Amino acid sequence: MLNKNFYLILIISLVFAISFWIGFNVNLLPAEASINAPIYDELFKILFIIGLIIFIGMTIAVIYSLFKFRKRNDQIGDGIALEGNLSLEIVWTIIPSIIVLLIGLYSYNIYDRMGGMKELNHNHKMMSSNTEKIWAGISQTSDNEIAINNLSIEVSAMQFAFLFNYPKGNFISGELHVPVDQKVSMKMESKDVIHAFWVPEFRIKQDIIPGQPTILNFTPTKVGKYPIICAELCGPYHGGMRASIIVEEESDYNEWFNKNKKPEVNL
Amino acid sequence: MTISIDPQKTNNESLQPKGWLRYFSFSLDHKVIGIQYLVCGFLFYLIGGTLASAIRIELASPMSDFMPRDVYNQVLTLHGTIMIFLWIVPVVNGAFGNYLIPFYVGARDMAFPRLNAVAFWLIPPSGLMLVASYFVEGAAQAGWTAYPPLSITTPQSGQIIWIMSVLLLGGSSIFGGINFIATIIKLRRPELKLMQLPMYCWAMLGTSLLVVLSTPVLAGTLILLSFDIIANTGFFNPVLGGNVVVYQHLFWFYSHPAVYIMVLPAFGLVSEILPVHARKPLFGYTTMVFSIMGIVVLGLVVWAHHMFTSGTPPWMRLFFTIATAFIAVPTGIKFFNWVATLWGGKISINSAMLFSCGFIINFVFGGITGVALAQVPFDIHVHDTYFVVAHFHYIVYGGTVFIIFSSIYHWFPKVTGKMLNEKLGILHFIITFIGFNLCFAPQHWLGLNGMPRRVAEYDPQFQFVNQISSLGALLMAISTIPFLINVFLSMRNGKNAGDNPWNALTPEWLTSSPPPVENWEGEAPLVEEPYGYGKEISEQK
Repeated sequence: MLNKNFYLILIISLVFAISFWIGFNVNLLPAEASINAPIYDELFKILFIIGLIIFIGMTIAVIYSLFKFRKRNDQIGDGIALEGNLSLEIVWTIIPSIIVLLIGLYSYNIYDRMGGMKELNHNHKMMSSNTEKIWAGISQTSDNEIAINNLSIEVSAMQFAFLFNYPKGNFISGELHVPVDQKVSMKMESKDVIHAFWVPEFRIKQDIIPGQPTILNFTPTKVGKYPIICAELCGPYHGGMRASIIVEEESDYNEWFNKNKKPEVNL
Repeated sequence: MTISIDPQKTNNESLQPKGWLRYFSFSLDHKVIGIQYLVCGFLFYLIGGTLASAIRIELASPMSDFMPRDVYNQVLTLHGTIMIFLWIVPVVNGAFGNYLIPFYVGARDMAFPRLNAVAFWLIPPSGLMLVASYFVEGAAQAGWTAYPPLSITTPQSGQIIWIMSVLLLGGSSIFGGINFIATIIKLRRPELKLMQLPMYCWAMLGTSLLVVLSTPVLAGTLILLSFDIIANTGFFNPVLGGNVVVYQHLFWFYSHPAVYIMVLPAFGLVSEILPVHARKPLFGYTTMVFSIMGIVVLGLVVWAHHMFTSGTPPWMRLFFTIATAFIAVPTGIKFFNWVATLWGGKISINSAMLFSCGFIINFVFGGITGVALAQVPFDIHVHDTYFVVAHFHYIVYGGTVFIIFSSIYHWFPKVTGKMLNEKLGILHFIITFIGFNLCFAPQHWLGLNGMPRRVAEYDPQFQFVNQISSLGALLMAISTIPFLINVFLSMRNGKNAGDNPWNALTPEWLTSSPPPVENWEGEAPLVEEPYGYGKEISEQK
């Protein structure tokens, strides 16, 4: 009996060790280029390890049963008439419930850190009427922060392109330029069908909906050029609906901004 | 009160075709209708599989070069619609439900045999209509989800035919659901208690409740959508002040339960197959019943997890995260119970058992990615990517389709009186299992790294992994060859099965193979312990 338990504990520790090793050493995700990304990757790592433990454990249990309890040629008759085991069933009801609850609370915490639970009191009043209903995306900024940085961009999506309007500079760009380490606030609306704004390196995505503006805020942390991908089927050229986000040092960004800036028209 | 149904008396016997011709007739025999569902579903599976192969050929290279882009969207729309509405739902509910439920409740037919025949005969015309819409003006191309405004702005005839076809199929599904509920509740032998029924009855009761509660919502939604398309109304059309997100709520109110309509019957079928081949009682019958009902209740309140990026308010995201994650608990109970059913058995390692074990492994994997997808912050990155495609196929192919094959190996002797060839069956399993995992496991990585779903072109950096996936799809296509050879050869030259080749205890095995028209010569047997393995032996000794 001691022997049996010893092997069981050995196998369980091995499963845990392998899962943790894979979880910490195998990277399945693209580069981290926004404040959200490391937070996301932390959640991913935890879910990945828990998932591996359960998957490897269950697979071993199934394959072991098939070998250990296979019917030998000389055997006749049935297995043991075991119809259930209440305490065992209670255990595998309660343990998964606790795991699921903990994962839920943890992901709530992650979502809160991403800014998902913040009230979306955004600073787009200058662009839209006060009564307009804005639907939630991920919020990372408060009113004041936007007011200081003033990096508000209006995104319009159409079949099959994104256009980025910089109200402060009074110009429209097909590429999204943003300075590194500054909070960006985007108000997005579609001209025709539903599109989505996805930057894999930022771990953010928000649908762009006709008739319902949505908001997405983010803070890039790494200089570079990243793809903006439409993730919602929007027609024949959906796969080709791409744009680029260029994260630059502030001086480069200012140079680009001033080059494109148009003087405001005074009426 | 029992109602006795006698299809032969209500029908002029001499007018009923005999032999294989009865499968092309408006037969009222639940066994004939079951086979009609199965064969019809399988033919559509071949069509849907051909479309899937076309998708994988297109995706073997980064450019859109195999077919025109709009045709690609039609292909993916038809692939999804055919596989869900014409293969999985009809087969796992209609085919096995019709064949087995009357046996399990001790009845000679379903409660409403004519409704049953109507429910089946709605399927071939709507399926043909759907496929034929390609030749009119192009088939629907807004995906199987048909989100407006895309579904309103793409060519109308294809979308309207798609809606009509799905409405007919939904009607068929509702008829079937009502029939199953009535049969299980009203045609059950009075001596038979609900808690003595084989687990598949419970699965079908739960599934049918979901069908009856949620399919009408889909029907209503699609009717409103068709008004938007043909009559210029503005329910979902933003140009006319409609709201596109409302459509998504209504659509997923059906289409999330639809996932349970596809997997709950599979849970029931595997609960019939494992005890027979492991020679052990089903572990934890009562908890299995409660977890089915738990899944039914929870399954109705999780739909918005498909809409975490649609601009839903934070409280709603939180609620649907928790509700969705909690479905893992009753589902997990079932998987632990199945492994416990294997534990300590005397397991025959045959095709039916291998496909069932393949199901457990694949579904556990799909379930784990499902719990991850339920978490809002996790989902926001991978929503609408190949990660979701992979997760979904792990559930419906790795889960349900594996169980459909397992069930065919298990019940083929009953239906035909012949055994299937085990060597070809095991070959079929090995190719399917390797092909399936090769096809869909790499897609998780694609989704995480930036490949959205429903695209005909992608970044060249994803080419190698996509080619591995396409190779897996090729293996899956090849795997149907040994299966088809096996079925045709065994039907002609297979070993005679006898009445009960597996020594099973459930009532369908206590009659001849194939069973007579009214299921049993003489009185129906009363089976109070469908999983009493191990008991009779010890009693005999």
